[in-house]
Amino acid sequence: MSSGNNVHEPKPSSDDTPETPYEEVYAPSSGNAYEALNEGEDPRWAYGTGFADPLAGVDTRVPEGVDRTDLAAYCLMLGDDALIMSHRLQEWCTRAPELEEEVALANIALDLLGQARLLLARAGAAEGAGRDEDALAFLREAGEFRNVRLVEAENGDFGHAMARLLVFTTWRLALLDRLAGSRDPVLAAVAVKGVKEVAYHRDYAAGWVVRLGDGTPYSRERVAEGLESVWPLVAELFRPHVVELRLAEAGVGVDPAALREEFDAVLDHVLSAATLTRPGDTVTPEGGQGGRAGTHTDVMTGLLAEMQSVARAHPEATW
Amino acid sequence: MPDLEDHFDRTIERDQRVEPRDWMPDGYRATMVRQIAQHAHSEIIGMQPEGEWITRAPSLRRKAILLAKVQDEAGHGLYLYSAAETLGADRAELTAMLIEGRQKYSSIFNYPTLTYADVGVIGWLVDGAAICNQVPLCRSSYGPYARAMIRICKEESFHQRQGYELLMTMMKGTEVQRAMVQDAVDRWWWPSLMMFGPPDDASPNTARSMAWKIKRHTNDELRQRFVDMSVPQAESLGVTLPDPELRWNAERGHHDFGPIDWSELQRVISGDGPCNAQRVAVRRAAHENGTWVREAAVAHARKAAVPRSAGVFA
Repeated sequence: MSSGNNVHEPKPSSDDTPETPYEEVYAPSSGNAYEALNEGEDPRWAYGTGFADPLAGVDTRVPEGVDRTDLAAYCLMLGDDALIMSHRLQEWCTRAPELEEEVALANIALDLLGQARLLLARAGAAEGAGRDEDALAFLREAGEFRNVRLVEAENGDFGHAMARLLVFTTWRLALLDRLAGSRDPVLAAVAVKGVKEVAYHRDYAAGWVVRLGDGTPYSRERVAEGLESVWPLVAELFRPHVVELRLAEAGVGVDPAALREEFDAVLDHVLSAATLTRPGDTVTPEGGQGGRAGTHTDVMTGLLAEMQSVARAHPEATW
Repeated sequence: MPDLEDHFDRTIERDQRVEPRDWMPDGYRATMVRQIAQHAHSEIIGMQPEGEWITRAPSLRRKAILLAKVQDEAGHGLYLYSAAETLGADRAELTAMLIEGRQKYSSIFNYPTLTYADVGVIGWLVDGAAICNQVPLCRSSYGPYARAMIRICKEESFHQRQGYELLMTMMKGTEVQRAMVQDAVDRWWWPSLMMFGPPDDASPNTARSMAWKIKRHTNDELRQRFVDMSVPQAESLGVTLPDPELRWNAERGHHDFGPIDWSELQRVISGDGPCNAQRVAVRRAAHENGTWVREAAVAHARKAAVPRSAGVFA
């Protein structure tokens, strides 16, 4: 059901024999299975809740000649993109047009959340100030987030969701594909894992953009409007921040300007199948350098207020 | 006809499975459709109380766990609607019955989730009660349902363990967190006991369902099993179950527990629970807002023998 998240241990196939052992194993009368939680592993549980270090086996030292501050900032950029896009997809939960879409959207949100966790953990390690993934996700202010503004825009209808997801995944897949050759072994590992995931996400979004574009007149109008509404946020995806340029130069990061050609080609391919056309780029009025420099739209504050509410209400708590 | 009926009776008697193409009495078919549909609806409505906390989960690990759990529930709903379709039901019609209030779902999901501790307590008690109810259904006489139930029980067991693990972590946290857990236990304990349905002497269909082997234990048997299971778990966790009459009865070999307020269950089932209107409204809105999307998919599929959306990148 889910393509790449770490949450589930492998699931046994559904044709495992259901005969008596199964009920005996799970029957409450067989004793206090919960002691297992206090006293180590118990075979009566089908799955563990152990979560291995996601970077186990990867050399986590910062490669020679790489500026730690730049690396931390860069990991935040890519991690925040995934985290905030995941959040907007999480908001679809229980609201999708069909149950298959519930499963798919949650799956994509989970994959992106997994990417975010790895990247934020890497950012914290490179920074060296003792901040973990949760400190970075829950204790930063809007101005410290470095995601592109495309991902923070509020949800619209399903046409908007698929238009944005197509734009986001086409851009991110092109980026991760190049990042797989990074000199930083952690970024390279995250990218290799991410390419497989985002290729599926892009396929999912493209399938829906085609269905909606070439579906009914109304669906065509909805997805075209979705595309128009996200398009003003597209130019920013390809405008390099100085950190991205320095890390691209060092063989660690990717210059986003180099992704535009592939992005346009993929979009044209999908949109032509969808009988839609690519909107023209518009110049967006903005201050500063956009999301990469911490300049966000006003909806970012509300998004963070929700995401960070429980964590901030209980600063001493453990979860 | 007598031959077919004999064959059905022998299948049940020998503890074999009834399969979709087998003859079955109309009453058996109708009962199975209702049972499976209500279970499917419960999975889908059950996404809401916990789903509300995904965007607010207090750590990224908890967020991933919760998102995966709610996704599993959507998956359970899908298998169960498919199992119902093997009996001739139609998913769209069953969904219409749900949002028009003509079919029920488990009344437990009509209670609100007030704090993050509720996520843990739902995993522990609500999923725990569901497992007590559902493990025997892995031996249901209707084959597709029994097989769906195996996978569902395995995943429920995983969810229950994660819920309990969240509570254990919270109980080792701050005083405020421990109070949150106790408060959630106080609110969910009695509704969890009601999940097993009315007492045996007020459950008119039990005998027939037991005879058909689509129900393996009575409501009161399962409820007792759940209480006996939960008491040591509560002790291990360090919470108090909100029942002053709860105590071990050595003679019976079971825990005695206080009377259940059946009028509350009746109220919630008949629509007056705290969240009934909201739960159905959310499901209805998702379904209605999705109409144009589903229509587009059908229209697109009809336009081409091989839809272009099938593998844009193929």
